[in-house]
Amino acid sequence: MQIGIFSVGDVTTDPTTGRTPTEHERIKATVAIAKKAEEVGLDVFATGEHHNPPFISSNPTATLAYIGAQTERIILSTATTLITTTDPVLIAEDYAKIQHLTDGRVDLMMGRGNTGPVYPWFGKDIRQGINLAIENYALLHRLWREDVVDWQGRFRTPLQGYTSTPRPLDGVPPFVWHGSIRSPEIAEQAAYYGDGFFHNHIFWPASHTQQMVELYRRRFEHYGHGPADTAIVGLGGQFFMRRNSQDAWNEFRPYFDNAPVYGHGPSLEDFTEATPLTVGSPQQVLERTLSFRDYVGHYQRQLFLIDHAGLPLKTVLEQLDLLGEILPAMRAGFAEGRPAHVPDAPTHGSLAAAAGGAVDSTVYAPADAATGHRAEDAEVTA
Amino acid sequence: MTRQVVVVSAGLSVPSSTRLLADRLSAAVVEAFDARGEQVEVRLVELRDLAHQLTDHLLTGFAPLELDEVLDAVRRADAVVAVTPVFSASYSGLFKTFFDVLEPGALEGTPVLVAATAGTARHSLVLDHALRPLFSYLHAVVLPTGVFAATDDFGAGGDGGLGERIARAAAELAALVVGPAAGRGEQPAAVRPRRTTEQEFAEPTPFEELLREASGGN
Repeated sequence: MQIGIFSVGDVTTDPTTGRTPTEHERIKATVAIAKKAEEVGLDVFATGEHHNPPFISSNPTATLAYIGAQTERIILSTATTLITTTDPVLIAEDYAKIQHLTDGRVDLMMGRGNTGPVYPWFGKDIRQGINLAIENYALLHRLWREDVVDWQGRFRTPLQGYTSTPRPLDGVPPFVWHGSIRSPEIAEQAAYYGDGFFHNHIFWPASHTQQMVELYRRRFEHYGHGPADTAIVGLGGQFFMRRNSQDAWNEFRPYFDNAPVYGHGPSLEDFTEATPLTVGSPQQVLERTLSFRDYVGHYQRQLFLIDHAGLPLKTVLEQLDLLGEILPAMRAGFAEGRPAHVPDAPTHGSLAAAAGGAVDSTVYAPADAATGHRAEDAEVTA
Repeated sequence: MTRQVVVVSAGLSVPSSTRLLADRLSAAVVEAFDARGEQVEVRLVELRDLAHQLTDHLLTGFAPLELDEVLDAVRRADAVVAVTPVFSASYSGLFKTFFDVLEPGALEGTPVLVAATAGTARHSLVLDHALRPLFSYLHAVVLPTGVFAATDDFGAGGDGGLGERIARAAAELAALVVGPAAGRGEQPAAVRPRRTTEQEFAEPTPFEELLREASGGN
């Protein structure tokens, strides 16, 4: 079981002090949070991707590579990579490069999490969101698996004799999750490829999560990747904890009430009841988290959102300390009753082993390394 | 087979003339189905009780439990009766919010009886200038007869033909729901509603088809 955190990278005013961090402070805080996550024993740090204020999460590749250079063990991921508006050719290059730099400590989560106005900045149209996610990923999937790709589609210029570099580390593409809250097409997509499926599990009631995970598991089996209960499922979630439950409620309430997305809406009481948000003692967070299995089955990855809504860095780091304290009990709880045939989330190591061992996959240019021209091409054009 | 009709009433005061009209329409719908020897179950939904949940839905993107159940009932209904007070020359904001948060396609092909109340008959064209376009957009089948009631219509003794209009609209509703070619699911392929989320979860479009559509569609 992988347990970690994911960040959306919002720059939000702390409602208790009226102070808003600068971009620089928030960017550096993200790095501090990731390093702390490794320190307290978490398995995954994931960052979102947005291209507009109030977010600092543009260019997730630089962020992940920078964190990768300052950590040893933690898996770096995205939550999510905008497969709709980002050229799959660039995604293929960027994440293969991070794979090499971090010795395989990277995987990706594909998503469409973008608002309408963002799409045209990248020459795209939100009405094509699902189609973009499907076509772009189909190309990305090939770029990491075929050394030379000829491709023609609807949303980008064709490719002829194209080799994406660097080739994936050890010949093993990064593991991919597909994230969606309520689009059955994306659960279907994840199942088709035998990739992981991640449900945000934050803003929506458990019934939606359950419906999506069930569909994904059923179709994973349909496409021949193995029994439904061996499909690779990840969940989000969020909590705020203090040793004393009432302290947690008192401290978190102003952040919740003014939070982006759900602030000024439902009460904290209603929201904690309707969604997986847990506010309370470490024991309460532990118990609620372990209850997620009741409706999705045994799963592979649990990520928490802990650094949003204007919470100061100091508070976020304290949350990580508390999470670190209950981590052994959480791991033990997840292991309880888990059938032996339910796999762990794939890692670079496990994928390489399953492929029969690591092999170097460098593609050497056959001729002129500087221009890419080959002698026989010159003869044809001459 | 018992037909399900949901009456949506957006009145705010208690008692409200909108609710009064909704009640009379409910009773007339039951009579009209009875007259055809058909069973019907009419459910009346007061949007006032759901006002907070509707706002929460706008802000969070998901429906609290009670509202979720009502939206589901509307989606499954054989017909809908929609009754709103006239506010500032149109349907009320609460009324519009309810239809705003309905899942796209939820009313496709559904017979809808539109009705409105106002202080004066000068607002009566709101049925044709506001409600009809709204439900046309939602691809509902709006009945030819809409029912408008001004305060005068509820005055002592002065029915002014309101009872007649209610009965006629209810009869049209029953005819459209029960009538031979009008039942939902019996439409020709050209006007068959697109697949609902529910159908997609039950029997997803195979990925190969999604892939073809992604690169080949319009």
